[in-house]
Amino acid sequence: MTSASPQKPRFTPVSMLGLAVLVLLLIALSWWMGQQAYHWLPVQASTAAPLVDGLFSFETAIGTFVFGGVVSVMAWVLLMHRAEKYDETDAEPIEGNTKLEVIWTAIPFVLVMAIAVYAIRVNTSLGVLGPMEHIHQDNPVEEVGGYPGDRLPTENVEVIARQWSWEFRYPDQGVSSTELHLQVDQPVRFRLVSEDVLHGFFVPAFRLKQDVVPGRAINFNLTPTREGRYRLRDSQFSGTWFAANQVDVVVESGETHAAWLKQAAALPLQSGISDAVEEYSKRAQKTNPGWATVPPAPPPQVNVPGSNNLPHDA
Amino acid sequence: MTLATFPDSEPKPSWSRYFSFNTDAKVIGIQYIVLAFFFFLIGGLLAMIIRGELITPQSDLVDRTVYNGIYTMHGTIMLFLFIFPVLNGFNNLLIPTMIGAPDMAFPRLNAVAFWLVPIFGSLLIASFFVPGGPAYSGWWSYPPVSIQNPLGHLVSGQGMWLTAVALSGVSSIMGAVNFVTTIIRMRAPGMTWFRMPVFCWTALAAQSLQLIGLPALTGGAIMLLFDLLAGTTFYDPVGGGDPVLYQHFFWFYSHPAVYVIILPVFGIFSELFPVYARKPLFGYVYVSLASFIIVGLGLIVWVHHFFTSGVPQWMRNLFMVNTMLISVPTGVKVFAWLGTLWRGKIRLTTPMLFCLGGLFNFVFAGITGVMLATVPVDIHVSNTYFVVGHFHYVIYGAAVMGIFAAIYHWFPKFIGRMPYEGLGKLHFLLTFVGANLNFLPMHPLGLMGMPRRVSSYDPEFAFWNVLASLGAFLLGVSIIPFLLNMISAWVRGPKATHNPWNAIGLEWLLPSPPAEDNFGEHVPVVISRPYGYGLGKPLVEHQAELEQALRAAELQEVSR
Repeated sequence: MTSASPQKPRFTPVSMLGLAVLVLLLIALSWWMGQQAYHWLPVQASTAAPLVDGLFSFETAIGTFVFGGVVSVMAWVLLMHRAEKYDETDAEPIEGNTKLEVIWTAIPFVLVMAIAVYAIRVNTSLGVLGPMEHIHQDNPVEEVGGYPGDRLPTENVEVIARQWSWEFRYPDQGVSSTELHLQVDQPVRFRLVSEDVLHGFFVPAFRLKQDVVPGRAINFNLTPTREGRYRLRDSQFSGTWFAANQVDVVVESGETHAAWLKQAAALPLQSGISDAVEEYSKRAQKTNPGWATVPPAPPPQVNVPGSNNLPHDA
Repeated sequence: MTLATFPDSEPKPSWSRYFSFNTDAKVIGIQYIVLAFFFFLIGGLLAMIIRGELITPQSDLVDRTVYNGIYTMHGTIMLFLFIFPVLNGFNNLLIPTMIGAPDMAFPRLNAVAFWLVPIFGSLLIASFFVPGGPAYSGWWSYPPVSIQNPLGHLVSGQGMWLTAVALSGVSSIMGAVNFVTTIIRMRAPGMTWFRMPVFCWTALAAQSLQLIGLPALTGGAIMLLFDLLAGTTFYDPVGGGDPVLYQHFFWFYSHPAVYVIILPVFGIFSELFPVYARKPLFGYVYVSLASFIIVGLGLIVWVHHFFTSGVPQWMRNLFMVNTMLISVPTGVKVFAWLGTLWRGKIRLTTPMLFCLGGLFNFVFAGITGVMLATVPVDIHVSNTYFVVGHFHYVIYGAAVMGIFAAIYHWFPKFIGRMPYEGLGKLHFLLTFVGANLNFLPMHPLGLMGMPRRVSSYDPEFAFWNVLASLGAFLLGVSIIPFLLNMISAWVRGPKATHNPWNAIGLEWLLPSPPAEDNFGEHVPVVISRPYGYGLGKPLVEHQAELEQALRAAELQEVSR
């Protein structure tokens, strides 16, 4: 970390101006990328989504600035500092510069701390919007259900994950389904259980994900904010038909939801959606069915099977 | 000091030593690297099948059970049978020659550690042929999926997988003991800590991590094997076990394992940039110490792999901040390399191109890494293709490119012949374009919500998957010029001098290839820091005489 030997001045006014223009261009590019970042994500359909997207946009902007800075230096060096043909000599030996090294330790530190503070804030808000923990320790948020008084979840849904199907039970109405129906703008509390292995409850449009751990019941709250049809995907590898363990989530208005529940309660129980069961029965007829698998659990008996073939928003 | 003499009628060592229980670290190094590339081809072939399946949304190329087995084995082979062995190959070649030791501290232990690799490698490959097929639960092997054992046989793919991983752990611990001891105890006279090449610093840091972390994984894997075979319930909730406990054991090692991979690659970058920019490494002391800051922080980040499993908020925040802090010492290294390049005399040789491409990819991977560290974003993208894209940028984009750079750079030293530049540059071009085309599209896929490890997906993901598959096939093609280059250069490449790149370092003061005991009795006394490009100071005492003797021997060789 010795300082460089005396040199002719390197920072002429022209080079300083060039540097300033580059930094301004990078800032503009970073801001633009930060705005673009929102378009790379699915539609926002829960109270969590705007918070997560805002953080991601901020990180994209900072990341663009850092990446752009590094690549600019690399490009400059490749254009301007190439050895001449047949030049076998060494360059001027600069061994280090303590001042520079302190600066480029401090700047990344400040940047990541800025991101960390932002992320912890979002984290805390997400905790308030719906705790995702099963080890609650002394978390006062959990005791009030995660909501200030009047915003306590109005609906309870029990989610049962199996190899390979999802079953949703509405205990208050005595309804069960293999398609998740939720009321827009109303907080809902899920009770996540698994009957066999780890699964993951993941709705990309909600930006939320929670592992479903066998042997535990995990309370998980969220508030959908946009009507539409979305995908719920198993996000923790669960075996052979993991990829097919996906169903739809329908977010609907209060009236539609109430009507759906009422209608559903009157329907007789029937086999729900399980693509795995369908494929497994076809597999038996194949001459060379592949490697060993656990057989799928029988399809859950539900009032409403729903559909896996309708167009979805995200 | 007496100079090393070069007997003019040394018997040419037979190629068969590469297939024997040889204790010469340079032989073991080449054994590791060649074997690793054999497995690299198998792992790569599996990757081609994966990308072939994913080029269409439906599960239509192979059965889902086959897909799951193949992606599991792809990850396992690439990590345990390619990247760790290939890096241990470089540790064997470079550590003794860079510090002027005749061999490793424990040569026989070294050979045992190596020969365990083909043993557990064969075990893993054999698992393709047992009834039911190989392990299919991913390279994490999370219970309870990994203990379901569908056929109920005693010998199962999963059981063989766990045995192989435990043996791999034993092999790596043996290797780590050896590397750490050699670096601490066997440095040349005058080679103080701060005259040691950065590759040795990073190797010391990485191998310390192996010693701290591996017992957790190896123990965890053996407990899982008991759950699978003996009916214990360490992790099985049916018997009161906890599946999340396994995730702690697994990631306590397997996150630091990423640093075990990337630190030596940082070492390679730090060695090569000065050579091809003709400048000293910028801020040598800080770069050396940064590796140990990464080790310290790297040991307290493992929970970021399972933020979604239901860990308490305080833990999420703690592990998030620690993870993000790693970008500071890592940034120090990146900026030091840029400082090294700045106002240098850049020579775009094949190794330099691979280093520059690797640095470019690494910076990108670092940025997505910080995104993944922040809990709210991670909750959305964890277990999606965003993560797959991120770590392939780290492992293929940065680490494997650094490994290729190292191969082209040190091939003349240890094989004694020069690789071909044209084929090397073609290899670089195909690798750089292929890797970016393959791994960049995985990021939008993950952000859109495509889970990893799927054998089929919704049609909206098709566009980016087609691009990724095309990139993967290009990467497959990129191996052809590499293999051609290696084989033809080894057989009939031009003879290398002792220092074809005009590099500074003890290994470049040895003939190419070096004698079995390196410097033997005549270890030179180190008097300067490494990377003294342009400073005009010799690295060792009597350097001029030493180099003259090497040149004279080379001339004699040519005239014979």
